[in-house]
Amino acid sequence: MSPKNTSDKLVYMANQIGKAFVLKPREQAVADITDHLKKFWEKRMLVQIFAYLEQGGQGLDELPKQSLQNLRNTTQY
Amino acid sequence: MGLIQEIDYGTKASNATKLVSLRIDGQTITVPEGTSVMRAATELGTQIPKLCATDMLDSYGSCRLCLVEIEGRAGTPASCTTPVAEGMVVHTQNAKLAKLRKGVMELYISDHPLDCLTCSANSNCELQDMAGAVGLREVRYGYDGANHLDAVKDVSNPYFQFDPSKCIVCSRCVRACEEVQGTFALTIDGSGFSSKVSPGISEAFFDSECVSCGACVQACPTATLMEKTVIEMGQPEHSAVTTCAYCGVGCTFKAEMRGEDVVRMVPYKDGKANHGHSCVKGRFAWGYATHRDRITTPMIRAKITDPWREVSWEEAIAYTASEFKRIQAKYGRDSIGGITSSRCTNEETYLVQKLVRAGFGNNNVDTCARVCHSPTGYGLSKTFGTSAGTQDFDSVDEADTILVIGANPTDGHPVFASRMKRRLREGAKLIVVDPRRTDLVHSPHVNADYHLALKPGTNVAIVNALSHVIISEGLADEDFIRNQCDWNEYAEWAAFILQPHNSPEAVAKLSGVPADIICGAARLYATARNGAIYYGLGVTEHSQGTSTVLAIANLAMLTGNIGRKGVGVNPLRGQNNVQGSCDMGSFPHEFPGYRHVSNDTARQIFEQDWGVALSAEPGLRIPNMLDAAMDGSFLGLYIQGEDIAQSDPDTQHIIGGLSAMECVVVQDLFLNETANYAHVFLPGCSFLEKDGTFTNAERRIQRVRKVMSPKNGYGDWEITLLLAKAMGMDMHYNHPSEIMDEIARTTNSFQNVSYDLLERLGSVQWPCNELAPEGTPTMHIGAFVRGKGQFVIADYIPTDEKTGPRFPLLLTTGRILSQYNVGAQTRRTDNAKWHEEDLLEIHPHDAEVRGVKDGDWVKLVSRAGETSLRAKLTDRVAPGVVYTTFHHPITQANVITTDYSDWATNCPEYKVTAVQVALSNGPSEWQSSYMAHSAESRRIGAIAAE
Repeated sequence: MSPKNTSDKLVYMANQIGKAFVLKPREQAVADITDHLKKFWEKRMLVQIFAYLEQGGQGLDELPKQSLQNLRNTTQY
Repeated sequence: MGLIQEIDYGTKASNATKLVSLRIDGQTITVPEGTSVMRAATELGTQIPKLCATDMLDSYGSCRLCLVEIEGRAGTPASCTTPVAEGMVVHTQNAKLAKLRKGVMELYISDHPLDCLTCSANSNCELQDMAGAVGLREVRYGYDGANHLDAVKDVSNPYFQFDPSKCIVCSRCVRACEEVQGTFALTIDGSGFSSKVSPGISEAFFDSECVSCGACVQACPTATLMEKTVIEMGQPEHSAVTTCAYCGVGCTFKAEMRGEDVVRMVPYKDGKANHGHSCVKGRFAWGYATHRDRITTPMIRAKITDPWREVSWEEAIAYTASEFKRIQAKYGRDSIGGITSSRCTNEETYLVQKLVRAGFGNNNVDTCARVCHSPTGYGLSKTFGTSAGTQDFDSVDEADTILVIGANPTDGHPVFASRMKRRLREGAKLIVVDPRRTDLVHSPHVNADYHLALKPGTNVAIVNALSHVIISEGLADEDFIRNQCDWNEYAEWAAFILQPHNSPEAVAKLSGVPADIICGAARLYATARNGAIYYGLGVTEHSQGTSTVLAIANLAMLTGNIGRKGVGVNPLRGQNNVQGSCDMGSFPHEFPGYRHVSNDTARQIFEQDWGVALSAEPGLRIPNMLDAAMDGSFLGLYIQGEDIAQSDPDTQHIIGGLSAMECVVVQDLFLNETANYAHVFLPGCSFLEKDGTFTNAERRIQRVRKVMSPKNGYGDWEITLLLAKAMGMDMHYNHPSEIMDEIARTTNSFQNVSYDLLERLGSVQWPCNELAPEGTPTMHIGAFVRGKGQFVIADYIPTDEKTGPRFPLLLTTGRILSQYNVGAQTRRTDNAKWHEEDLLEIHPHDAEVRGVKDGDWVKLVSRAGETSLRAKLTDRVAPGVVYTTFHHPITQANVITTDYSDWATNCPEYKVTAVQVALSNGPSEWQSSYMAHSAESRRIGAIAAE
């Protein structure tokens, strides 16, 4: 079943992006995922998933989780 | 303005480079070798009488009217079948020829009704013209002998009639059906005097295999095959050249008019996308523009449960602006946005994105390409450097192996399919990758060499397996890769591709395609002199749509099939202006010309031109807009020409999002399904009522010309201007050409484009700038736009939409020839006679175990919802796969589809939905309640005073 609430969707989407880059060397993968999120995700999506991350980010795969943490550290949201 | 008359040269042009000089009636002319005497004479301005010859068809030489004398040769050869020769001396007119021609015409006319004054072809009849040309004054044989004058008309086709009493059996219609359309629906039945044109085996046109492309009608030199509109209205008196508003082929038509009424649409021979051919939609299905359902007065309502209230344009625009301002004041600048349409012009989509970025002050603009070809933009940009196909359509003429993946061009892009089928009949090889047995797999004189009937959702695995075979067997074009791609990236990618999980044996297990078929297809594509890939929404509309586009680009680079004619990666765009709407900056992350909003240089160009500061952050995509609406942060939406409630996936989610908004504005021709949830309806206008440009799938920018006044009072571009002004924006243009001028000065790939240039050249393919002043038919010649071509690893990741005991079948969706997208246009024409309802194609084995018979109502259930429709039993689909179209709102096929989407672009996964099928009594409860709600929502009337 596809996720229904927005937070679940965002987690699902972030993990999907993560899987697309999983075969790259870790550092490169994290950088590419971060770049993708920065280029394509609107501010309120990022704000919402950053808040989710604050609560532990359950369900987020390791690579997108790291990417989101990096992105949160470099943005002002 | 008069009627545009195109010269008929009688035979096709020769492509030979060697020139030949000859004398015709005392004049010298030099033409390419292989040119017919008839064509050479026509180029001199000498019209040799003819009936069976026309320059859309191969020479036939049957009517014996075009006879000439050639010095030194015996007899009177037919000029249409006689090629020119160096030093040839030709006489087209003398007493002997005149007598022969007159004799031929006497025979024709002796068995032809003499009703010229009341004939629908009067003043536009080649037989009539030829009678005049040869000076026919009497028919010595009389009219009382055996004849065909009582032959019965066939009026079964809704758009044209066949009157055999007027037929001269020249075979132009039969040849057009074969050579131009490639359907082979017509034949000459019988022989000698009893010869007659016959659709199929003496069937009526409507019941035959005829696809109503109109090629036969166009080819007919008499009134035998005639448009019913001409019979009803008379011959047109003026015409204008314009571009079809249906699929991404972008056919050029002459709109032939009487006053402001369209008499007929005739494909234009100089159209560079269609070269004089058409399909049933563009040729005949334009009546929706004047359909009674058309709304021409603006309407508003405070709540979506209220009936509509007709208002003036002033009130509708003022209300919209006031609501948008109120919402922004209350919920913030980012609480509203807009959706542009691939059915609108470049100029219109440009204005909507400008309104959103510069007027609304955010980047919340998206387009329907989100749900079709957004993965193409991402994938081809990443690998090649440009978000577009690499070729022109003519390129297919030089392809030796054609690989069609996830596309059904005979239904979706019929005019291009005819070109492709012609090339296949000439001997090109064909590989089809599709879960269904589409017409291309097997149709008259076309048989795919390989059909990879894969399990839906396994595209990436299949394309990677093709690459695996090519590398394993040493078939890669290493010279091309070393010269034009990044070798290190290639080496990394090749190592990945050679992993065992990409082998044909491993992929066979998950895709259902036997390994030997995968290997054979890979060898055929890799060893072709020219291998060309064409793909459609069967590639993009998956959770791995972008990955498949990347894999396809990798495959083309691997084999060096980029950068010349006959090769390339060619996305077949669904709607007429998908390419253009993307080019015009309709995506929330990029400006026109595919420049990211965070690109300071690009942003400054627009800030300077528009005089406002612009946001550097990406906006919301359509599905994210709906999520944000449900969350209460996105409350206002301006939708120009789209029907997301019918076309987008997971209908109940769409409806939930729309219902949560406070001001939804729909600008359209009709009260579409989205309008059921709208607060403002701004009546739009059809392509016949406005000026502008469309950009087709080959990047070709073509003019749309206004041939009638807007029924609603304004062109769509003018409506956006009214709204912009009411929102406080200083945006003014006198004509759409000025919008194109702005696009050209702000976007390098359009730098040289102007209406003057389009007037002069007919059309141009972008990039059109200082490096390519008249456009670019083939891209990436010698080098990729991004520099080195980039191989990108795209691994197969199975979709999370799984089959199981509850949902054991996979549903995939698509379209049919006679209908277009959500059907808003084609359902309001006689095209509906070919497709009155969406049907569920199911394999007989799957039907049998469920007790389903052909025509039964069945319930189609997925994890997202359920609907009911009738079943069609067919082995076109494999066991385990079912298929339907989404042209009818009653079916609501998208109630079934889920909101799984592509990882990179959120393009929905329409092509893979796990479903169950069971017998049903009729429409589902949801369908019944939806239709009741829909009728309720469309009420128009005054609201009782409070």
